Amino acid sequence: MDKMPKWADVVLIPLISLILAAILSALVILGIGEDPVAAVNMMVSGALGSTYGWGYTLYYATNFMFTGLAVAVAFHARLFNIGGEGQAMLGGLGVAMICLYIPWPHWTMALLAACAASMLFGAVWAAIPAYLQARRGSHIVITTIMFNFIAAALLNYMLVNVMRPDGSMDPASERFPAAVHLPTLHELLAPIGISFSKAAPANVSLLVAVLACVVVWALIWRTRLGYEIRAYGHSESGALYAGISPFKITMVAMLISGALAGLMATNNVMGEAERLVLNSTEGAGFIGIAVALMGRSHPFGVFLAAILFGFLYQGGAELALWTNIPRELIVVIQALVILFTGALDNMVRMPLEKVFLALRKGKA
Amino acid sequence: MTVPAIELKGISKSFGPVQANKDISISVAPGTIHGIIGENGAGKSTLMSILYGFYKADKGEIWINGKKTEIPDSQAAIAAGIGMVFQHFKLVENFTVLENIILGAEDGGLLKPSLAKARRTLAELAAEYELNVDPDAVIEEIGVGMQQRVEILKALYRQAEILILDEPTGVLTPAEADQLFRILHRLKDEGKTIILITHKLREIMEATDTVSVMRRGEMTATVKTAETSPEHLAELMVGRKVLLRVDKVPAKPGKPILEIENLRVTDDKGVERVKGIDLTVRAGEIMGIAGVAGNGQSELLEVLGGMRPGSGAIRLNGAPLPLSGPGSDARARRAAHVAHVPEDRQREGLIMEFHAWENVAFGYHHDPAYQSGIFMNNAALRADTDRKIEKFDVRPADGWLAAKNFSGGNQQKIVVAREIERNPDLLLVGQPTRGVDIGAIEFIHKQIVALRDQGKAVLLVSVELEEIFGLADRIAVMFDGHIMGERLPDETDEKELGLLMAGVNGEAA
Repeated sequence: MDKMPKWADVVLIPLISLILAAILSALVILGIGEDPVAAVNMMVSGALGSTYGWGYTLYYATNFMFTGLAVAVAFHARLFNIGGEGQAMLGGLGVAMICLYIPWPHWTMALLAACAASMLFGAVWAAIPAYLQARRGSHIVITTIMFNFIAAALLNYMLVNVMRPDGSMDPASERFPAAVHLPTLHELLAPIGISFSKAAPANVSLLVAVLACVVVWALIWRTRLGYEIRAYGHSESGALYAGISPFKITMVAMLISGALAGLMATNNVMGEAERLVLNSTEGAGFIGIAVALMGRSHPFGVFLAAILFGFLYQGGAELALWTNIPRELIVVIQALVILFTGALDNMVRMPLEKVFLALRKGKA
Repeated sequence: MTVPAIELKGISKSFGPVQANKDISISVAPGTIHGIIGENGAGKSTLMSILYGFYKADKGEIWINGKKTEIPDSQAAIAAGIGMVFQHFKLVENFTVLENIILGAEDGGLLKPSLAKARRTLAELAAEYELNVDPDAVIEEIGVGMQQRVEILKALYRQAEILILDEPTGVLTPAEADQLFRILHRLKDEGKTIILITHKLREIMEATDTVSVMRRGEMTATVKTAETSPEHLAELMVGRKVLLRVDKVPAKPGKPILEIENLRVTDDKGVERVKGIDLTVRAGEIMGIAGVAGNGQSELLEVLGGMRPGSGAIRLNGAPLPLSGPGSDARARRAAHVAHVPEDRQREGLIMEFHAWENVAFGYHHDPAYQSGIFMNNAALRADTDRKIEKFDVRPADGWLAAKNFSGGNQQKIVVAREIERNPDLLLVGQPTRGVDIGAIEFIHKQIVALRDQGKAVLLVSVELEEIFGLADRIAVMFDGHIMGERLPDETDEKELGLLMAGVNGEAA
């Protein structure tokens, strides 16, 4: 017997967790002598009150969708991929090479090639820790974290020594040619009569992210590979019994995970910066973990959680810009949300299960 | 009338919506052995856990020696003179017998006086109850029968007057079990009160004075053992008449299906568990592997099922099957028409979080009938599941239920349905009825015999001798990775098999 109805598990628990995080955040804001109500207003209007705000929220959300999906796919195989950050950096390298070194006649072809390259680079970066886990038993959490640092160092080297234009002091690549410019939401929506902020960075790769959600959903719940990944994730001895190779699943799940994280580069590198800079990922790889946790590793949940975190990011930026609340406190608020929705899940779940059991007993 | 040693009055306990104990009352006279029998999930363990202070009853009273007693934790149970011997021993493997006995009952910060006192007491106990163990032996170096004696001594050392034994014979050979019952009788003669929890009718009949039957959380009857019969008790347990013996015609063995030559298997720790065995299973027969758990039977099944590499040679229908490398995994075995009902359905045979219909494809998820283009044909799979659920009478008949929400018996029916319905040439079966209720046991046994009667080969591994005798057409006994001998069920008995299971070879003795 399940202890709770499904809707409670999917909707109620995250909602209560969020409210708890909000209350605690409000107390913290009060503690530094600011007005929490005003802060919430500021966040909402800043992130959702204008198409400019929405444009940023969705831009961040796009990043988080990719990295959230990456973590979610690995989760289904009970692999904890903390390397989304590094895989996304490598994805950026792939995108930059595609955009800089090949002349593209049209952005659609460039986008397809960039998708392929970013997925390949991300997957390769995930493949090494995956192999070490599957063959040597090196713990994937440790190796993927270490690979984040290696990725950062590699990117640093590439930008400083290889891709930096002559005479430039900035460790960044050249600007991508105009032909590979991805249409922003402004450019996409203008022809159908909707006016969207010109300045906002949200772009066509949002559609790629949504498509990725659908593809991941089909992969996990509709294909044989997804079936094997989930079976392996639930029981390794069961997988062995059913003839599912643990090596194969570990490799494949991590390759897909790395490819999804790498795909993020189509948004932040190709869609927004239009050149490769240091730290272009801005921690999105780590936020992906929280997004996957909150979204219960379900693509639809990841979609919603990514938008929520996009809102927190953009709203937080507004808050830091317009109030005396320091930037660090925004990070605290985001951390509280992660803490409550991810780590403290059972704190909400267990009392709630008791409530539902009591309700059921009352009815029976 | 003497004052009962234990009296439970109207005990009720529920876990969420599940009522594990419903208004249970029993009274156990001092100096008797009282059996509690019931199927898995009938509530025996819950009741004993309440008596030992692990759970608190929702309602009801516990009276010990005529005094109402509260037992909030196991310390209180020990203080009230109750000792418990668990199914899975709670001993520290690398401690000596003596150290285990004083563990938790030390007299002070220094161990030496405690150990000396325990040594004296142990000698007295050994003399009084004929419970001989070497106090300086290390637990991991002594046999399970001896370990169990240490558990009993632990309870006696804490001055237990009432001893509860939970499924004590699960890991014992028949000879060890007989020895245990002699000890229990001796304890009884010295005035101790014993509660014996078991699902084995034979033990109840042999050892107890009175027996209480539990079914679905309720106490359905308490009878004097001398005035009842196994058939009657089984009926009380299940609630309907059951066939205790498996109905089957003599086997008509055909050509060899499975031939094993000099098979060796090493476990994950690098210990050799199967040490060069030869075995043949023919078409139309059930080969039963008897043995105490942990003598290589599990590894044998795993190798045959493609879950573990081995060395030596196996042939199926005359064609060699690889034992390591490509083509030796479980998928290849299934393709070669070897079906496998694994020993541990919860860890291996099923994915507990999956729906029943997803589990019906488990291991056979490559079957073209379940595919549709790049996707799985879930509709076809669900239709197939509904068919199997109906044919094997799985209850509740709901393919959308997760495997973990079925009872043990119905989980096993799902596994058996999946494997048998593949119409395999060879069926590997490990502990098919472990944790399965009597009603489902009967059904599962029938299915296995029916497969045999279709001319298929069956390799059955079971630690339940009753099951081996009931099903097998030939019996091989495994001990320490070797096959100690093969016998025909009609030409042997439990005593002889028991000796083989203990590693004593009949010819040599």
